[in-house]
Amino acid sequence: MSDIIKIKKGFDIKISGKAIEKVSSPIVSSYALKPSDYIGITPKLLVKEGDRVKAGSPVFFSKQNEKILFTSSVSGTIESIKRGDKRAIEEIIISADSNQEYEDFGTDSLASMLRGNVVEKLLKSGLWTLIRQRPYSTIPNPDVQPKCIIVKGFDSSPLGADYNFLLKGKSADLQLGVDVLRKLTSGKIHINVSATETTCNELLKLENVQINRFEGAHPAGNISVQIANIDPINKGDIIWYIDAQDLAIIGKLFASGRVEMQKMIALVGPEVKNPQYFNVLFGACVSSIVQNNVNSDKHLRFISGNILTGTTITSNGYLGAYDNLISVIEEGDYYEFLGWITPGIKKFSLSRTFLSGFCNLLPSKLRRTAQIDTNLHGGKRALVLTGEYENVLPLDIYPMQLIKACIIEDIDLMEQLGIYEVDAEDFALCEVIDVSKTDIQQIIRNGLELIRKEMGE
Amino acid sequence: MKFVRDFLDKIKPNFEKGGKFPWLHSTFDAFETFAFVPKTTTTSGAHFRDAMDMKRTMTMVILALMPALLFGTYNIGFQHFHSINPELSFFEGFWDNLLYGAIKILPIIVISYVVGLSIEFGFAQWRKHDVNEGFLVTGMLIPLVMPPDVPLWQVALATAFAVVIGKEVFGGTGMNFLNPALLARAFLFFAFPSSMSGDNVWIAEKADAFSGATPLAEMMIGANLPSTSFWDMLLGIMPGSIGETSSIAILLGAAFLLITGIGSWRIMLSVFMGGALMGLTFNLFGSNPYTQIPFYYHYVMGGFMFGAVFMATDPVTAAQTNKGKWIYGILIGVMAVLIRVVNPAYPEGMMLAILLLNVFAPLIDYYVVDANIRKRMKRWKIKGGQNVQ
Repeated sequence: MSDIIKIKKGFDIKISGKAIEKVSSPIVSSYALKPSDYIGITPKLLVKEGDRVKAGSPVFFSKQNEKILFTSSVSGTIESIKRGDKRAIEEIIISADSNQEYEDFGTDSLASMLRGNVVEKLLKSGLWTLIRQRPYSTIPNPDVQPKCIIVKGFDSSPLGADYNFLLKGKSADLQLGVDVLRKLTSGKIHINVSATETTCNELLKLENVQINRFEGAHPAGNISVQIANIDPINKGDIIWYIDAQDLAIIGKLFASGRVEMQKMIALVGPEVKNPQYFNVLFGACVSSIVQNNVNSDKHLRFISGNILTGTTITSNGYLGAYDNLISVIEEGDYYEFLGWITPGIKKFSLSRTFLSGFCNLLPSKLRRTAQIDTNLHGGKRALVLTGEYENVLPLDIYPMQLIKACIIEDIDLMEQLGIYEVDAEDFALCEVIDVSKTDIQQIIRNGLELIRKEMGE
Repeated sequence: MKFVRDFLDKIKPNFEKGGKFPWLHSTFDAFETFAFVPKTTTTSGAHFRDAMDMKRTMTMVILALMPALLFGTYNIGFQHFHSINPELSFFEGFWDNLLYGAIKILPIIVISYVVGLSIEFGFAQWRKHDVNEGFLVTGMLIPLVMPPDVPLWQVALATAFAVVIGKEVFGGTGMNFLNPALLARAFLFFAFPSSMSGDNVWIAEKADAFSGATPLAEMMIGANLPSTSFWDMLLGIMPGSIGETSSIAILLGAAFLLITGIGSWRIMLSVFMGGALMGLTFNLFGSNPYTQIPFYYHYVMGGFMFGAVFMATDPVTAAQTNKGKWIYGILIGVMAVLIRVVNPAYPEGMMLAILLLNVFAPLIDYYVVDANIRKRMKRWKIKGGQNVQ
């Protein structure tokens, strides 16, 4: 086992509502595929309203690469296709049958398959879309070989799910998944785990992999931070990554020939009455999960994903493709009289101008839980302060300079400052502490998209 | 506070587009957000945000300036009565001193804020921005670096110059490269030298018989040591710019800025290191009396302390990278002492040292960031040369 990689910068926000180790299987009748979950994908529909689909049937493909199919996780009927501005497809809603039927993808022995066969099976089953690449966080081009593949084995984000619990009993699927990945690259397969949290043998006993152990506060679980420490990305390099739970789904496909897109998600957050885990299929409607389990007397925000990077959904919205959390926090749409001058014993802040800011000097176990809501706590201002972002960004990157390069759309400068090494999520904490209330993640995302289009990828 | 909120909600439509006074929108917004933190919620990225905002940041700096302001106010009065009656001890006539000082300083503060904020509000409205809070600090810094006898019209002129030429022409808050408050002072120093130098300006309505020379002026003309004792200089019982005399008061402010994490400890520490470095170097090689004074005398004379704590640390005009801050700070300390000791034309080197390094800060940052870029390019070349154009 390798040495522990210590991540020295970052911050763990302590809030209430972490899921307890209890799992239920709710009855969900509505599912949706959301093309906006996938970066850089223009969907081309393969179904129309009223069509029947099985689990594993293609629903749409990517205009950018026709081989990349997006499949249904459930058998049922296409209920509606919701379109937004410029008729862009927002949601393809499927109402589920009571009995799950599966497309058959065969159970050929993996050992006898060539890379081409493995890729084809993944593309056809739609499970190719579970893999993403750096830079850009897009679904990778199957014709390219990555220099290595990272398996995300822990989540350091606020109220992140416990992977020991998510992966329980999935040893065989995970190992088979690793063997599949082995066919896709001649580089290493990295299993990235937490040095302090990860205890499960499902990950630690995997074979033909390199296990990397990370210690430190969030964003220690972010792929960029991990890559920077194990195999830094250079211009032209491609690294793939996949979540451990998704890897098990790929393993299962090769074991059973079926697309069983089932995963465990956690319902978390201060406004959840009983935070716990749920077994659901991809794209499940969250209404039956959150119903009667949130403080409905308050104005709430439902988030698919964590509170730093997740997507806002409604209380009957759908789970995002890559998310394993539903976070619920209070909306902060209130005025606060002279709020900018209060001593702030209860407010969340990393700034020591608030009394609560001093508590953040303590290790996270001793801290009191922070009370958060979605209020911006101020107006948008010019970028004035310096040296703040650096405290929460454990990368060898000059954040202010990179942000400004993205704003002025200077591609050469973005490259030089290391845009390929980052993703928008790495700047989430910078965005949280920013006194000028700039939407930094959006700026970085725009910068990445600009480069991606410029490169023709 | 509901009635305030109700009142604001009632008059708000007048300042929106299509209302009666849309041209006052920025002004209304500035006052509304002063009273209430807005109810705006996050729409992109992280769903929750730190409670810290720009208003609080700037308010904290103003709080940090309070000890220097209060001491300065008292000292104006004391220096005035002391020049008339040199026997006067420091706490004699406490209320008279304070009252006299307040009468002298309040008009300067009012002029600085009224002129500066009017221009800021005007530009914010013109650019359709919210009003940035930066001037709240600048507006307080300007009076504190003025001599107590400065004519008010000159304060108005200098403030207008600093805000328009120093800040707005470059795009406003966050875009300026010179510290506006120091620019105001430099403007007066070069445009109206008689109001900013000599022995007569540092004590308000000084009695003619009293010398009134500042320690810096005494050193300039070749004294072995200033006639004011080190402890008096540390406490600030001497003639000088309004807020600059008391090192103790300034250090209280510095402690506040460092505890709250608003001021950059790297810059403060490195300015003092730079001052010490140059002072000690002069001690080794110097020949005239000015080169021989202990380096810590430089800290307590003139504007060194005030500059190090409140001026050099302005995040917009300082170096922005952490490494750059060290270089920037050390060079300010070195230049300040160098200009004081070597250049006979300017008794106060701190103002010029900071303005000079403000100009060079982007260059320092450029090389710090360039080192990072070179490191990255080197790694790219080693790993996959063909990928690099």
